[in-house]
Amino acid sequence: MTEARVLDPKSAAPQEPPQQRRNLDLRLTGLLGVLVVLCVVGYATRPDSFLTEANISTMLRLAAAIGVVSVGMTFVIISGGIDLSVGSIVALSGVWMTTVATQSYGPVVMVLCALLVGLGCGLVNGVLISYGKIVPFIATLAMYASAKGLAERLSGRRTQVVTETGFSTFFRGDILGVPVLIWMLAAVFAVGWVLLNRTTFGRRTFAVGGNAEAARLAGIDVRRHTALVYGIAGLCCGIAALMVVARTTSGASTNGMFYELDAIAAVVIGGTLLSGGRGSLIGTLIGVLIFTVVGNIFTQNNLDTDIQNIAKGVIIIAAVLLQRTTARRRGTRAT
Amino acid sequence: MPSLDRRRFLWGTTAVGTAALLAGCTSNESANTAPNAVAGGSGQNTQPGKQVTIGFSAPAADHGWMAAMTKNAKAQADEFSDVTFKATEGTNDVNQQIGQVETLINDKVDVLVVLPFDGKALTEVGRQAMDAGIPVINLDRVFDTPLAYRLWIGGDNYRMGVNAGEYIASQLKAKNITNPIIGEVAGIDSLPLTQERSKGFSDALAKAGFAVGPRVSASFTSESGEQQTANLLQSAPKLDALWNHDDDQGIGVMAAIDSAGRKEFVMVGGAGSRNMMDLIKADSGVVKATVLYSPSMASSAIALARLLGQTKGIGDMAEHDIPASITTYSAVVTKENVDQYLDVGFDS
Repeated sequence: MTEARVLDPKSAAPQEPPQQRRNLDLRLTGLLGVLVVLCVVGYATRPDSFLTEANISTMLRLAAAIGVVSVGMTFVIISGGIDLSVGSIVALSGVWMTTVATQSYGPVVMVLCALLVGLGCGLVNGVLISYGKIVPFIATLAMYASAKGLAERLSGRRTQVVTETGFSTFFRGDILGVPVLIWMLAAVFAVGWVLLNRTTFGRRTFAVGGNAEAARLAGIDVRRHTALVYGIAGLCCGIAALMVVARTTSGASTNGMFYELDAIAAVVIGGTLLSGGRGSLIGTLIGVLIFTVVGNIFTQNNLDTDIQNIAKGVIIIAAVLLQRTTARRRGTRAT
Repeated sequence: MPSLDRRRFLWGTTAVGTAALLAGCTSNESANTAPNAVAGGSGQNTQPGKQVTIGFSAPAADHGWMAAMTKNAKAQADEFSDVTFKATEGTNDVNQQIGQVETLINDKVDVLVVLPFDGKALTEVGRQAMDAGIPVINLDRVFDTPLAYRLWIGGDNYRMGVNAGEYIASQLKAKNITNPIIGEVAGIDSLPLTQERSKGFSDALAKAGFAVGPRVSASFTSESGEQQTANLLQSAPKLDALWNHDDDQGIGVMAAIDSAGRKEFVMVGGAGSRNMMDLIKADSGVVKATVLYSPSMASSAIALARLLGQTKGIGDMAEHDIPASITTYSAVVTKENVDQYLDVGFDS
């Protein structure tokens, strides 16, 4: 059994072989199992507070920024690339929107700045990779360094406090009783899911990641597509920067630190292949939630935070091994 | 392929246009208006004396407290007509900082003020300066051996914890709370300074018969402060008191408290930022106090470096020489005395 490679960009739906679909479903079921087990552990240790509405809202708000970054990362990895610059782009977008002059133009300008800076950085990544033929690892490593440097320069390495109250009031507030940040996560996820699974753009993303040469022969403009995929990842970083600034009421060049690693971890345990061509946004979302729940369980039980990182590592390995054995038991290969 | 060329052109102009648009959206104009802390000083020592060149090396000003240290040192040096101030670019790379101190030694400065990124790693170069006959003032993070410095001046992390703990204990006792839930948002747990602060805090609480309840550690950034506190507040549906070790991460801590809409507890900050002092003064939220770990110590270090260079002692002390070590006091700043301390509050 080979990996799913969707080559026909004109086909109406993703043409994954039935067995392949089943493997993906199996993996997602396994992951969901892990999440459920963690929730049971959380509930067992703190029955009074773990499953309360307030705690669930806290967890989702904590997951929001990294969740949005991970959506973009899923696109990049499915297309066969990697983006090491997401954390720095979050920092730069956040700092840009909170430096003094930007805030004096009002919340709309702040939001536009964050989104445009994110999108701009992502497109630069994409153009360097697709038209400049620089491997993604190197191009985004360069962006990681320079975006961080620019963020430090703009902020003077200082925390820039949000003085624009309109911004804070909206992004820290609720709509229909649900925090704006959770709406944003849901919206980004929904748009991402539709784009990936129900549009030509999504099918092309799988195709490019599966076999770029075949995709080119099938008539896909691989270079333009790749540039756009990194643009999406950058835009997601801009959205995440809005969320981080709203949460912390400040922008700083230290924001988004290690987001690239957290996002890659979530994408990988979500069952997306690092070599590209196959993956799922639902898996990524569950991956993000798993890490968030682990963090919450540790704090709820007042446990040493150092151990939390060890637990994270164990979960990454366990999830990948579990996915592989469940797939193998079905007599198929899952990589 | 003409269409491809056109596309290239469009990409190019889009990129240029985006950059131009973005450039219009921002400015790195600084909003710093708070005064720099300068040592009070009076008496004969303020009279101009022998010219002294002071070399200064510190880590990168990457958060409010560290930025204030460098700013205060410079502001203090500017106060003296008989001081030439040579500061190197702040760096968090110990290798580079060693190189900078070596450069200052080669420049034959009269006195060195060194705030090492890592005291252990900079010890050798401190010794090198002392061996070259340049007195070293070791600021804050202490060298491994007194052979590497003439004077150490720094804050008292243990006392910071003690004073936070004692203030909280007294507040709770005044309210007759017998079994309180006391939270703690620490800084980077692996640093000795965090461990000392936490030890002082739990020792002082133990003396009053209390103990630390939920505890998290952040990393001195507002983002980490927000994340850790959001979780902590969920784990403790009711709190009686909360101590946050660092006012820079306090911006995030306050944001989390604000989002959770919690106000049933007393909060104490750490270090003494302008921001926290304003909140204490306003007395409209949970923040009731902050325990100082004041960057004014950098101003004092420069004033003492000048005296060392001029071989003078400290007025009001019987000693002929500057003492070998000075520990600043972690005063508790509350609504009652905040006006007296606003001048040392730093911008976070």
